[in-house]
Amino acid sequence: MLSEVTFGQYYPSKSFVHRLDPRVKILLLIAYIVMIFTAQNFLGLIASLLFLSLTIIFSGVPIGSVLKSIKAILFLVIFTAILNILFYSPKQGDTHLFWVVYVEGLISAGFLALRLISLVMGSSILTLTTTPVSLTDGIESLLSPLKLVKFPVHDLALIMSIALRSIPTLANETERIINAQKARGADFDSGNIIKKAKALVPVLIPLLISAFRRGDELGDAMDARCYSGSKVRTKYKKLTLSVRDLIAFLVTVVAFAGVILLNIYELNVLAYFAKIWG
Amino acid sequence: MRIVAENLSFTYNKKSKFKVDALAGVTLTIEEDSFFGIIGHTGSGKSTFIQHLNGLIPVEKGSLTVGDINLADKSKIVKKRYKELRSKVGMVFQYPEYQLFAETVYEDVAFGFRNFFPDASKEEEKKAVFQTLALMGLGAEYINQSPLDLSGGQKRRVAIAGVLVTKPEILVLDEPVAGLDPVGKNELMKTLRVLLDNGVVKTVIVVSHDMDEVCENCDSVAVFSEGRVVLSGSPKEVFKNSKEMSELRLGVPVTGYLKDELSKMGVEIDVDFTRDDFVEKVVEYYKNIK
Amino acid sequence: MQAIEFKNVSFSYGDGDSRKEVLKDFSLTIKKGSFVALLGRNGSGKSTCAKLINGLLIPTSGTVTVFGMDTKDKSNLFEIRKRAGMVFQNPDNQQIASIVEDDVAFGPENIGVPRKEIKERIDYALSVTGTEEFRHSEVARLSGGQKQRVAIAGAIALLPEILILDESTSMLDPKGRKEVMEVVRTLNREKGMTVIDITHYMDEAVEADEICIMDNGVITAQGTPNQVFAQKELIAKCGLELPVSAKIAEKLKSAGLPLPEGILTKEALSDKLCELLRKI
Repeated sequence: MLSEVTFGQYYPSKSFVHRLDPRVKILLLIAYIVMIFTAQNFLGLIASLLFLSLTIIFSGVPIGSVLKSIKAILFLVIFTAILNILFYSPKQGDTHLFWVVYVEGLISAGFLALRLISLVMGSSILTLTTTPVSLTDGIESLLSPLKLVKFPVHDLALIMSIALRSIPTLANETERIINAQKARGADFDSGNIIKKAKALVPVLIPLLISAFRRGDELGDAMDARCYSGSKVRTKYKKLTLSVRDLIAFLVTVVAFAGVILLNIYELNVLAYFAKIWG
Repeated sequence: MRIVAENLSFTYNKKSKFKVDALAGVTLTIEEDSFFGIIGHTGSGKSTFIQHLNGLIPVEKGSLTVGDINLADKSKIVKKRYKELRSKVGMVFQYPEYQLFAETVYEDVAFGFRNFFPDASKEEEKKAVFQTLALMGLGAEYINQSPLDLSGGQKRRVAIAGVLVTKPEILVLDEPVAGLDPVGKNELMKTLRVLLDNGVVKTVIVVSHDMDEVCENCDSVAVFSEGRVVLSGSPKEVFKNSKEMSELRLGVPVTGYLKDELSKMGVEIDVDFTRDDFVEKVVEYYKNIK
Repeated sequence: MQAIEFKNVSFSYGDGDSRKEVLKDFSLTIKKGSFVALLGRNGSGKSTCAKLINGLLIPTSGTVTVFGMDTKDKSNLFEIRKRAGMVFQNPDNQQIASIVEDDVAFGPENIGVPRKEIKERIDYALSVTGTEEFRHSEVARLSGGQKQRVAIAGAIALLPEILILDESTSMLDPKGRKEVMEVVRTLNREKGMTVIDITHYMDEAVEADEICIMDNGVITAQGTPNQVFAQKELIAKCGLELPVSAKIAEKLKSAGLPLPEGILTKEALSDKLCELLRKI
């Protein structure tokens, strides 16, 4: 059953992080990303990683699921790290190891890799603890000021939520059509790429026809239930902030402040020591 | 080709929390030359079972042989025979018209033929397509039409022809009459019976929800519930268990209901649950007491 | 006032050569509070009829009025759709939100019902359809019958007076069909809802107050189930059949059993048979 795996990577639980308002989670993720890029040294990065670990602990998501998200970008991480090492432009006083490799180059590559990994792990916490539906709600609510400049926020959110809810239906349909064509002797596994692509035609065409038919019917169903996209529309689900969200917000502020302090601290470290000993 | 399943079990999403035991030890024999009915609720394992028959779902536990192919055998030699298996076991899914994709009826029906008989000549292909369409009650006037322009009932017949053209010995159909109007239903069931009687296919297996339809058309029946076969045999043997059938919330054909009600009044008649037999026996009874 | 009135309605698709006339000078009146079954073979024009009622389609000529409001007048459409809810055939193609309560809320949200009242309406709609337990479930995980009951709840949340079922039970198994029809019956009998049930199941139609048979875009028979199913030749000509029990009763009669006319249900047939065979 294809539909079961396409429900996104949401990990069901009722943890502290799960129950945060989706808007808060989105904003805090943005804050976290800014934090990572603010950190200018390993100390700052370690501080933001500590913050991330805290979030993972309070999300109740097994660390394995979080680490899985890295797998997808591992290649990218290694690739950028290698480029960084190879194209490092040495400054005076850098320690040369061999060929074009410098110690400082290695350090900067490691720093970048760690930054990327923290970034992806942080984002995956959001998708692991938030259902696609509430994510959509959160985005809609955050974008709502754009309504003032006539940006169709509601329509966008509706399109997103319909797309989300259609995934299991279309996944089932795809599986059924694939099976039906397999039963008629279709072979999707052998031959070269062109042959394989051609083999998909008997799946894609029925799927497309069916998607249009479904879209047509859904349109009728929406009309029948008085959809007009007009301004009179009210909203049943209201996102409300709670103490929990405030706590999460404060913790993030503290972590952010820590990272900034660590930045300043290291930049001034020499001057600081010079003052004491001088 | 005989189908023998022993203790066949299958679980979906084994590792996830949405794990479903679709089959929990199915033991069932389907003989050649029979119109076989499979009944049960949605989720009783019927669909999972029939998808085992042509290897779309691999045997996980237990055994299953179709003709001389042992599907539990995972060796390469057997895997190579899957194509042969799929040509021998024709599978028509629910709402098969949704699988139509070609520009013309001819091309769509020929798709399966070309897959299974890649070396056949154009003449042979043409002959097979025309013959199969005729078997499904569709004349030559349809061959150049787009399948999308046909009526619902015609589309379904084209889709079934697309499976039948591969000359299967066993034809499996998952709720073949769903959504058709009464006349469409009756005609399609009749067509399937003709296919069997004329030896076009050797076995017809039909998944159905309609007890009246099953008992009018099938020679043998298996009742699925919670991944197991709970009752099987001739319609007469199965539907006499009216208590079990209503406990399963499947019910019995109208004739079964009438037999039970008459029995409560002390009127015992021995029927095979087809309407004609019921009428005959009741009339007989009526004449006797008169 | 009548709930629905079709007056000399014609409807056709397409233009020129591909023009297809679906309804021809079609007139029909549906009384408030009645349960009407609309029967006919595939392509007879039943679904077109349904879509003409709530203005999803507009007649080529003639008028359709719902509680006196003409569907041609665009300013009426909102009010008409509020008062005439519709449930479609495929449970997967009429669901808007992923979660049951959000889906039910869609209609009331569209017409600007205040939040507090939306909650009350959801409570009501879910309780009438017996789907409270699924309130926070994903629609995708429900059975066909449950999905269709949620779809009814979605229509009911607009507090309509008419419910149109466009082959809403045709993709369900017998269990699901029973669940749905029980809900529909309750709505009709206890809440006075006008029901128009388009169906292929003759046994479902037998329970209606009135049956209309359509063929080729016109009404060929209309009346109580007894009146309509008495016209055996016409039924067959329109691509339909008698309910199973009526078929058996016919066979018994032609084999010489003195059974009365008008047996349509298995209960009625069993009563008459018991009476007949015991008496002697």
